[in-house]
Amino acid sequence: MATSTSILSIEDLSIAYDRDKYAVKNVTATVQKNAITAIMGPSGCGKTTLLRAINRMHELYPNISTEGKIKLYGDNIYEMPTIELRRKIGMVFQRPNPFPTMSIYENVIAGYKLNGIHLKRTERDEIVESTLRDVTLWDEVKNALHKKGTFLSGGQQQRLCVARALAFKPEIILLDEPTSALDPVSTAKIEDLLVELKKHYTIILVTHNMSQAARISDNSMFMYLGELIEYEDTKTMFTNPKDPRTEGYLTGKFG
Amino acid sequence: MDSSILQKRKKIIATTHFGARSFKNHFFFGIVLLLSLITISIVFLIIGTLVVKGYHQINWSFFTQVAPDTFDAMMANASGKIIPGGILNGITGTLLLVGLASVIAIPFGIVIGIYLYENATKRYANVIRDITDVLQGVPSIVVGLIVYLWVVVDITKGYSVLAGSVALAIMMLPLIIRSTEESMKMVPTTLKEAAIALGTPYYKVILRVLIPSSFSGLITGVLLAVSRVMGETAPLLLTTLGNSSVNWNLAKPVSAVPLLIWQFYNDPNMVNLIWSSSLFLMGFVLLLNILSKWIAAKKSIQ
Ligand SMILES: Nc1ncnc2c1ncn2[C@@H]1O[C@H](COP(=O)(O)OP(=O)(O)O)[C@@H](O)[C@H]1O
Ligand SMILES: [Mg+2]
Repeated sequence: MATSTSILSIEDLSIAYDRDKYAVKNVTATVQKNAITAIMGPSGCGKTTLLRAINRMHELYPNISTEGKIKLYGDNIYEMPTIELRRKIGMVFQRPNPFPTMSIYENVIAGYKLNGIHLKRTERDEIVESTLRDVTLWDEVKNALHKKGTFLSGGQQQRLCVARALAFKPEIILLDEPTSALDPVSTAKIEDLLVELKKHYTIILVTHNMSQAARISDNSMFMYLGELIEYEDTKTMFTNPKDPRTEGYLTGKFG
Repeated sequence: MDSSILQKRKKIIATTHFGARSFKNHFFFGIVLLLSLITISIVFLIIGTLVVKGYHQINWSFFTQVAPDTFDAMMANASGKIIPGGILNGITGTLLLVGLASVIAIPFGIVIGIYLYENATKRYANVIRDITDVLQGVPSIVVGLIVYLWVVVDITKGYSVLAGSVALAIMMLPLIIRSTEESMKMVPTTLKEAAIALGTPYYKVILRVLIPSSFSGLITGVLLAVSRVMGETAPLLLTTLGNSSVNWNLAKPVSAVPLLIWQFYNDPNMVNLIWSSSLFLMGFVLLLNILSKWIAAKKSIQ
């Protein structure tokens, strides 16, 4: 795996639901900055749990327990205020979920609005335009900024959700199967967008679509039953997997 | 309504092939049809009676003047004229009572409803939920008695708007709590998560995302609670008593439309006013119901 700058290190992380039902087991890995890291594995192997542990969204489940550390630039995220952490590590969900009570414009700056951060009109306009340009949505919605985000197509909504996650200029963007509810054209647009975004952001992408991981990711994790079985640069993993379970998954024997 | 019943019936006939089954189906369908027709006709009889007996008393003065005294009513009856005066003291009283009751019950009910939603499985939440159900089952006359003890005797030292509003608020509370919890449940968790993932503090998630997203549900619940207590009479008899003039003082007794109806009922000279006042009350409650249904429907289309 490429040994360029790392941004995040996961150290012996284990996560259990209901005290002893381990969904993530002793995972250790470092995530490369300005790259796309894909997390793959059969359904139920712990991908979502691991991803949500990175911005501590997993703590919303009342029955969860976490051991181990995750460090962002060397600081343990479990010792940071969650509010501050979540502004540094944004998230995009499986199904597009723009706020239905807000316009497209308001959705983009929702992070500011919801945090009570006041922006001048010109600042707001500037953030909205540049962020929508970043997610290649500007030309499609520039004449409908004050319409509800829920009127957009699924793919447009998902790009709006990426924009919403970008507005605070986070260090890392987490995406949990962001294209699983989208058609192939919209999926391709999101994939292109992610490749573009990695110049400025670090991207961690859960996908159960192997070809998606192969197309756009730089590094790939393969998880199985909560364990991180293999973590390589994507090309190596797909051409020369070391573990028989990885090979089994990639050749479609299970999952 | 009739045509949809007919269509259903046609469907049933079209999909039935066997004689015995067809007979059974028709038999039960006949019973259902009969019972539903009875129910429907009860509703139309109520509305029809109120309209026929009440409409000629409804004029401008009905809304702008207070209830007449029994002597004027007697004179009018004797000369075959329309009873003078109106129910302004009742209308203003009802608005004041229900308004103040809403001011008390809405924040309480919404806060508790949100608590129940946010802590759905906690033991304490289940206890509150059970107690809410008990509160909803307390007979309204009992609520009136208790408020008489607490407020009329101890606080306002006499019948008062405040006492009446507290009684109505107690009756609205369980309805608002439940409808708040239910409409919060309708908000997709993904919206809440989206807000939390943006680093939004918890109270802002509630104020800026949960409440706006469930707003029409909240309004519907409040409107239904209002329409439910608007016609209450027993608790008001024990707490605000009535007033022959318009009153805005919260520490003084006040009239209400259902109280006036009760008063008219007890005065042989005022019988005609019973029907017009009932028509008004019924119409108002019906309007609130339609309004809340309309808001709920508008939401579900979105
Ligand atoms: N809220 C929860 N409570 C209990 N168990 C859960 C919960 N969420 C997920 N799990 C369990 O944890 C394991 C990993 O789930 P998840 O992280 O969602 O996997 P993936 O995203 O790879 O499909 C599964 O066995 C799942 O059943
Ligand atoms: Mg998942």
